Amino acid sequence: MNPAVETYPPDVRPPSLPPVHSVKLTVNGKDTELQISPWTTLLDALREYMDLTGTKKGCDHGQCGACTVLINGKRINSCLTLAIMQEGAQITTIEGIAPTEGNASQLHPLQKAFIEHDAFQCGYCTPGQICSAVGLMNEGKAKTTADIKELMSGNICRCGAYTNIVDAIEDVMNQKNA
Amino acid sequence: MNSFTYFRTDAVDTAVRERASEPTAKFIAGGTNLLDLMKENVEHPTHLIDITRLPLTTISDNVDGGLRLGALVTNADTAYNEQVIQRYPLLSQAILAGASPQLRNMATDGGNLLQRTRCYYFYDTATPCNKREPGSGCSALNGYNRIHAILGASNHCIATHPSDMCVALAALEAEVRVTGSNGERTIPFADFHRLPGDTPNIDNTLEPGELITAIDLPARGFPEYFQYLKLRDRASYAFALVSVAAALEMEGGTITAARIALGGVAHKPWRKPEAEAALVGKPANKENFQAAAELLLAGAQGYEHNAFKIELAKRVIVRALGQAAKLEPTA
Ligand SMILES: Cc1cc2nc3c(=O)[nH]c(=O)nc-3n(C[C@H](O)[C@H](O)[C@H](O)COP(=O)(O)OP(=O)(O)OC[C@H]3O[C@@H](n4cnc5c(N)ncnc54)[C@H](O)[C@@H]3O)c2cc1C
Ligand code: SF4
Ligand code: FES
Ligand code: FES
Repeated sequence: MNPAVETYPPDVRPPSLPPVHSVKLTVNGKDTELQISPWTTLLDALREYMDLTGTKKGCDHGQCGACTVLINGKRINSCLTLAIMQEGAQITTIEGIAPTEGNASQLHPLQKAFIEHDAFQCGYCTPGQICSAVGLMNEGKAKTTADIKELMSGNICRCGAYTNIVDAIEDVMNQKNA
Repeated sequence: MNSFTYFRTDAVDTAVRERASEPTAKFIAGGTNLLDLMKENVEHPTHLIDITRLPLTTISDNVDGGLRLGALVTNADTAYNEQVIQRYPLLSQAILAGASPQLRNMATDGGNLLQRTRCYYFYDTATPCNKREPGSGCSALNGYNRIHAILGASNHCIATHPSDMCVALAALEAEVRVTGSNGERTIPFADFHRLPGDTPNIDNTLEPGELITAIDLPARGFPEYFQYLKLRDRASYAFALVSVAAALEMEGGTITAARIALGGVAHKPWRKPEAEAALVGKPANKENFQAAAELLLAGAQGYEHNAFKIELAKRVIVRALGQAAKLEPTA
């Protein structure tokens, strides 16, 4: 149900909008300055103002993980933080996880493993799953398959590709430990 | 989200002063609860004070042998802190039972205490709710109340406090350190959250504008015999239907100290000193655990969809105590 729309007589105006802020973000190693309102979430800043649409909006409420990005190497939900709060942080999105040196068409090992293991159907959750898996590996807490499942539980896959997602992550973790 | 102005500072006194200057301002820490509620138009602060840069991000030893958790330490950094794991494993276990890795990386210890209820009607601004809009009525009383309280509720509100971390902090008898325009004070955990009574809009005993600076854990951490057991509708990434933080000290098979706190059953973590006292000096066995469970649930009242929680809570208490005493496997 929509809340009642407020109307104002011509001489009583709502308070003017606060000024747009100049917000400096460092995304995938690049500094950018955006002119945005303070209520712009990091997710909306990436998608609507920087054309970085790899990061997906699923629920916009912290419940699905599609919007997962890395802040200083740690995975977070970009829908529940304001862009302006992330000034000074190193933000990494799915567009920035592949190695940048040499061959431009290189993939991150997790990206390769997701393809090899067919770890998706529609692919909507995939950027979030991969960024979350990068965060999981940075954290270094997952030792068993059960740990991977538990520590990937912040990423919902509506297509149910879970078994292949876990296989892909386990594969890369084993390569690292080999 | 509504429009608001934004302010950031790295000084505690500036944050407190800024907050005092605008009654409709709010602090923002991890943002995981506040921004969610702002998107739902349940919260609409006119001014946000970003406190993530305040120097309250460390875990340090206290002179009394306890441990101090800075209010801006994340839930993840707390759960994985070596000192917490060694000395307060119950707390670590409780935090890791909540939310998701992403959310725990964002959520702060101070913010966790102040997260609001997950009552569906509280979130749905089209329905009456005394907590959101005092005097409008409680939609849950005669509505769908599966996740609601069975203890300490009133006919004005039957909401529960959703935190896992707070259940462990209640069992550990932590203290909350706060600072405001009137100076600093310390609030015992049992007095921090409150029962709804006829003012369910007030969740806790923090004065308007007060900032949580730290959570102090006492020296006694129950590192040997403990269990946080959480029951929910799916195995992970869901709020508790019922949870139990159980902590024991034992000599031989005899209990010498007991703490039991329940989550998901009341407007605050639920403790009953009589139930804990009844275990002291007794052998750790099912019969005595059952007796403690009966005492904890004394006076419980179920509603249309949640009456099952009364029996469920008793069983979870008996199992958690059995696991804490190492009589039962934990998996
Ligand atoms: C999908 C989802 C699932 C979740 N599942 C669980 C779960 O299973 N178990 C669980 O326990 N929790 C769960 N949570 C809740 C989560 O733990 C809380 O949202 C989080 O702890 C809040 O901390 P924050 O720092 O993000 O707070 P914020 O959202 O920043 O703030 C919350 C409130 O506290 C105030 N505040 C924050 N810090 C201070 C301070 N230092 N002093 C004074 N006021 C302050 C703010 O003004 C605001 O009113 C879940 C959340 C989501 C979105
Ligand atoms: S239980 Fe409390 S929070 Fe839920 S509708 Fe009733 S008054 Fe509101
Ligand atoms: S879009 Fe952020 S968690 Fe779903
Ligand atoms: S592949 Fe479709 S949601 Fe995961």
